[in-house]
Amino acid sequence: MNLSRIPISAWIGIILTSAFAFVAVFAQVIAPYGEGQIVGGLWEPMSAKYWLGTDNLGRDLLSRMIFGAQTTLFIAAAATALSFCTGSVLGFTAAVIGGWIDQALSRFVDLLMSIPTLIFALVILAVLPANTLTLILVMGLLDSTRVYRLSRAVAVDINVMDFVEAAKLRGEGHRWVIFREILPNALSPLVAELGLRFIFMVLFLSALSFLGLGVQPPEADWGGIVKENKEGIVFGIPAALIPAGTIAALAISVNLVADWILNRTTDLKGGRGG
Amino acid sequence: MKAILKLVAQRIALGLLLLLAVSVVIFAGTQILPGDVAQSILGQSATPQALENLRRELGLNDPAYIRYFRWLAGIVQGDLGTALSNGQDIATQLGKRLGNTLFLAGVAAIVSVPLAILLGLLAVRYRNRWPDKLISAVTLASISLPEFFIGYLLIYFVAVQLGWFTSVSTVYEGMTIGQRLNAVALPAATLTLVVLAHMMRMTRAAILNVMQSAYIETAELKGISAFDIIRKHAFPNAIAPIVNVVMLNLAYLVVGVVVVEVVFVYPGMGQYLVDHVAKRDVPVVQACGLIFAAVYISLNIIADVVAIISNPRLRHPK
Repeated sequence: MNLSRIPISAWIGIILTSAFAFVAVFAQVIAPYGEGQIVGGLWEPMSAKYWLGTDNLGRDLLSRMIFGAQTTLFIAAAATALSFCTGSVLGFTAAVIGGWIDQALSRFVDLLMSIPTLIFALVILAVLPANTLTLILVMGLLDSTRVYRLSRAVAVDINVMDFVEAAKLRGEGHRWVIFREILPNALSPLVAELGLRFIFMVLFLSALSFLGLGVQPPEADWGGIVKENKEGIVFGIPAALIPAGTIAALAISVNLVADWILNRTTDLKGGRGG
Repeated sequence: MKAILKLVAQRIALGLLLLLAVSVVIFAGTQILPGDVAQSILGQSATPQALENLRRELGLNDPAYIRYFRWLAGIVQGDLGTALSNGQDIATQLGKRLGNTLFLAGVAAIVSVPLAILLGLLAVRYRNRWPDKLISAVTLASISLPEFFIGYLLIYFVAVQLGWFTSVSTVYEGMTIGQRLNAVALPAATLTLVVLAHMMRMTRAAILNVMQSAYIETAELKGISAFDIIRKHAFPNAIAPIVNVVMLNLAYLVVGVVVVEVVFVYPGMGQYLVDHVAKRDVPVVQACGLIFAAVYISLNIIADVVAIISNPRLRHPK
């Protein structure tokens, strides 16, 4: 691959995204203070000692942000992975087997998608215990409906191609057809979608935590940090804007990468220039 | 004319059926866990006898499907049950709040829809020139911004630094319409910004799609000015997709309203729902969830009905 052909916007996206990932992985090493460690007064301004100031309980905001990156990115990535595994396997299965299984799955997905995701998540979270596993399951499974739609649509096209017909005629089972014939050929549109789903997960998780229904304190995550510091805004203390802005920065940089991959994959299909 | 009525009636009937199925899903969604309402009212320390009494009183010993039909029968008669946390009637509580939420979403819609369509037209008119590029860049940024970021930015700069509006949107009985509008100005602005870019971009795509048709080329060759082509030829044909876009975004508004209401402490449905999710007040959550879903589905039905009316080809399905 020729590195100089990557557009500048994609470079910005790649560098920022990797920086976020690096911070998330090595949070324990990078963070200057502990996650719940109270180090100073309430809402101290930015200083050499506390780069981003302190939060509503006097914890170092930078350290909270770094640990928050770990929590937020981990949950979002896990939920995205769950959503992709469930959605694509079910979508391919529906397309390959067809018949009543396809009908039943597709109608059920239609039904789930006619309820706004956030609202349905709130309804379910009202009865489920508040912990990380629940969050990942609820977010991942609710979002898998979208992946299901995409992968079913892609697989229906591939399913009628000659090499798939050939595999079926020589007596391969459904499992072979799905994982060896369809999956490799459906990968590029799915990868392009991956970035968009990941952003959606980050925004979704942040919204839930902001509403107080996601990650529970004292654990830090970006949406939760906004919630903790929102009272300060009225007094002109911008602490809540930092995590909110960081979420936006992450989302924009992943978007830039996803946009570039999307353009590349349409090129592969003989799409417009480049 | 008769054919249209029949199609529209069919679409609405289908929508009602969908709503019924949605009510099943919402009810089932709150029955996932073995623990029940009695336990959450009385808490962990309740004696088995007290639990048993309360269960009998609330009818929790019946199987789930009987409770579902009881719940559904109540809703059809306008009885949404009583809240567990404070024992108040849900329907009266919700009535006022639903009005507030619809007012907020309505104001946001009235501002954002014409603005988005106008900007979408501008983007097509100056395609691939700087206004179009600017609009694309802003769109990419704005779909990445969480609602609360836009909300708090507005509070921080417009309400706190400039002091033009209050940061908390309180509305109460007996406010004049002007006071009300002043109170919802910032939340409505937030919602507008949330949906504007998306709606603009989809409008642009819809019109561009039409612009590639042969009759547009004919109009161009006749020498009609660019703006007149858009207004007379492209726009009427783009109405159906644009209405679709608008309805999709209004449906999104209904959801976005939840977060925005919490940011601005606005006494609407979203705030009410979130409060009661935290309190694990299942009857309130079910009622709110159903109403949100109903509004969402109705907007989708309206989009389909307008598409049927505006596009003669859809009136004669093969």
